Amino acid sequence: MPTFVYMTSCDGCGHCVDICPSDIMHIDPTHRRAYNIEPDMCWECYSCVKACPQNAIDARGYADFAPLGHSVRVRREEEKGTISWRIKFRDGTEKNFLSPITTKPWGSGTPQLKDVPGPTDEMRDSQHLYSEPKYIRMDEGEVHTLESNGLKMKQGVYY
Amino acid sequence: MAHKTVVEDDIDILVVGAGLGGTGAAWEARFWGQDKKIIIAEKANIDRSGAVAQGLYAINCYMGTRWGENNPEDHVRYARIDLMGMVREDLLFDMARHVDSTVHQFEDWGLPIMKDPKTGQYLREGRWQIMIHGESYKPIVAEAAKKSADKVFNRICVTHLLLDDAKENRIAGAVGFNVRTGDYHVFKSKTVICGAGGASNIFKPRSVGEGAGRVWYAPWSSGSAYGLMIDAGAKMTQMENRIVLARFKDGYGPVGAYFLHLKTYTQNGMGEEYESKWFPSLQKMVGKEYLDPEVSHRTHRPIPTCLRNHAMISEVNAGRGPIHMVTMKAFQDPHLEEVGWENFLGMTIGQAVLWAATDVDPKNENPELTTSEPYVMGSHATGCGGWASGPEDVSPPEYFWGYNRMMTIEGLFGAGDAVGGTPHAFSSGSFTEGRLAAKAACKYIDDGKAEGIVVSDKQIEGRKEEIFAPLERYKVYRNEIVAGTVSPSYHHPKQGLDRLQKLMDEYCGGVTVGYMTNEKLLNICLKKLKVMEEDLEKLAAKDLHELLRAWELKHRHRTSECVTQHTLFRKETRWPGYYYRGDAMKLDDENWHVLTVSRRDPETGEYTMEKAPCYHLVDDEEEKAVAAE
Repeated sequence: MPTFVYMTSCDGCGHCVDICPSDIMHIDPTHRRAYNIEPDMCWECYSCVKACPQNAIDARGYADFAPLGHSVRVRREEEKGTISWRIKFRDGTEKNFLSPITTKPWGSGTPQLKDVPGPTDEMRDSQHLYSEPKYIRMDEGEVHTLESNGLKMKQGVYY
Repeated sequence: MAHKTVVEDDIDILVVGAGLGGTGAAWEARFWGQDKKIIIAEKANIDRSGAVAQGLYAINCYMGTRWGENNPEDHVRYARIDLMGMVREDLLFDMARHVDSTVHQFEDWGLPIMKDPKTGQYLREGRWQIMIHGESYKPIVAEAAKKSADKVFNRICVTHLLLDDAKENRIAGAVGFNVRTGDYHVFKSKTVICGAGGASNIFKPRSVGEGAGRVWYAPWSSGSAYGLMIDAGAKMTQMENRIVLARFKDGYGPVGAYFLHLKTYTQNGMGEEYESKWFPSLQKMVGKEYLDPEVSHRTHRPIPTCLRNHAMISEVNAGRGPIHMVTMKAFQDPHLEEVGWENFLGMTIGQAVLWAATDVDPKNENPELTTSEPYVMGSHATGCGGWASGPEDVSPPEYFWGYNRMMTIEGLFGAGDAVGGTPHAFSSGSFTEGRLAAKAACKYIDDGKAEGIVVSDKQIEGRKEEIFAPLERYKVYRNEIVAGTVSPSYHHPKQGLDRLQKLMDEYCGGVTVGYMTNEKLLNICLKKLKVMEEDLEKLAAKDLHELLRAWELKHRHRTSECVTQHTLFRKETRWPGYYYRGDAMKLDDENWHVLTVSRRDPETGEYTMEKAPCYHLVDDEEEKAVAAE
């Protein structure tokens, strides 16, 4: 569903312009508010809807197949680590869903590789990537090779 | 408009395109290159870019070796039967032996992975898939990449790779423009890791008008991985292997969780099972090696995706549509119903909107399925992409030239859609490929392979003129007409995209011709693409947004040309259900059990096609079994 912006809610902050992966949320120069400039390049990914601090953006199903009178609303809350959805059918039926978006305080989980000890020459010459072999099986097991798995590469029609 | 030139110099590792492949590359590069300068150039905003922008509800590539579930070679066997034998098994094995370490780290970073409450193991959707609450999958991996990179340049549309003027066939960086400011950006770099995307929107879509945005692969996937690399003269492989998806009609909601986890199934318009009745005729086309329902039943070997498509297409053409997904039974269970909906909200919100709009509640009604228009990409159930070197300890000589995931241009590496022959990598595998490429790129630099690179002003200035030409053209010819979009002197990008989609659809096996093509049609296709290339020089852009669309169109056009060349070269029907060569309707292992490799000469624009050997992983047991037969 392409997105659209409610005139009375948008304050022109530009968060949607900043996040849209398709570069289609732009600020209208007359009204100084955001709008979708190219609905047929909108993937209904909801990135702008989730990013809008005013909840001013909504989506309306594609005109070539979706009847009017429905809505899918979302609230994404990083502090709570949740996303909640409300689906409203054309006939009035409602469904609500709530899911986690992270298991850690937002932004705290990713490591800073600048601060970890650099690789040894032995590691550089091995097939290991960062944190391997440990993270492959979460034990001392080594990275798989053709040899360790009793395999050969053979040219032609062999399975 | 004057365009400021912004030069970023002395880069060690330039990541072009920061989807899952690019973020993996940038993140891992910091470990192997603690003092190296790592730069990301991203077309949109790294927090929500690439195919995973709206999230994912599953990680489709996880071995589970820690729980004894699968070994890497099991995944190789799965991918190769699904792709009718045509894969790079060295690259697949390599990805599969590292992918679990990627996923385990995602869990550390806070990605919610569902677990079996009894065993504590990741909850399986299918043999390879695990279920996640992945709304924030992309922002989480972006965070990791941002911490590793020295700088992230968002909103840079990279248009060309730079080549070394001192040494032939060596990379020197990339250029592009800022979609917001109109600045010209020059990135001089010792290595480039191409993490750009595959291609949606090169074949005419089923949707019309406003609905055209509802594509299976993201509309911003502009085939730039291929456009950039082909233009620089890199060899490509398996570009004929476009993919057609069987999905929920009009919303393209994924079916994986429905089939595998919810145990829903398909039936024709009469309520009958239809798939198996097409198998005997299909077996005559592809041979028993690729389709043997008895063996599949006994060993759980999957029926290749393309063949299942073929059954669906054939059933509809026989007049027994529509095809339905039988959901009414499974959705009576409230837990399964929740999974079904959250599956869409997590990764294809549009399908939820469509069902809400049309009052389709899968609890009360079985939704329709259909097959999509074709897409060109290399990380889902297909393997288009660049011809890359494999790892030294796995790859045979034909697949190895010094550095893992390095293309045939020195210092140019790839990950995700950019790497050919590696289907079924999905998000986790693409990230893993980025990690592998990053380690190899650091080694390439440390080995002194990137010394003495020269980029002439001529190259830099030439590209600048080329990049902004559509803006100039608009300025010059706009006032030739009163108003509107119809000009005798230029096309707008959208007009060019319509033309590309129509010709690819009609001549290269799109949805309106039942995915059918042949040698005559393909030759016409190439001719029309050539003429279109002349008109691409006359693209006009009224603003920077249209300039972005102009360059996306050029990348899509180059991708299409390469797809057509490959489709013409492979004279057989290897993947019925993805496309058909009407003049060679059978699979032909005698002549075509090979990978197709192309190179476009950047000087002449001529393509050279070759066959590369297909190597398979075999184990001792299989060897003995073959010997005994």
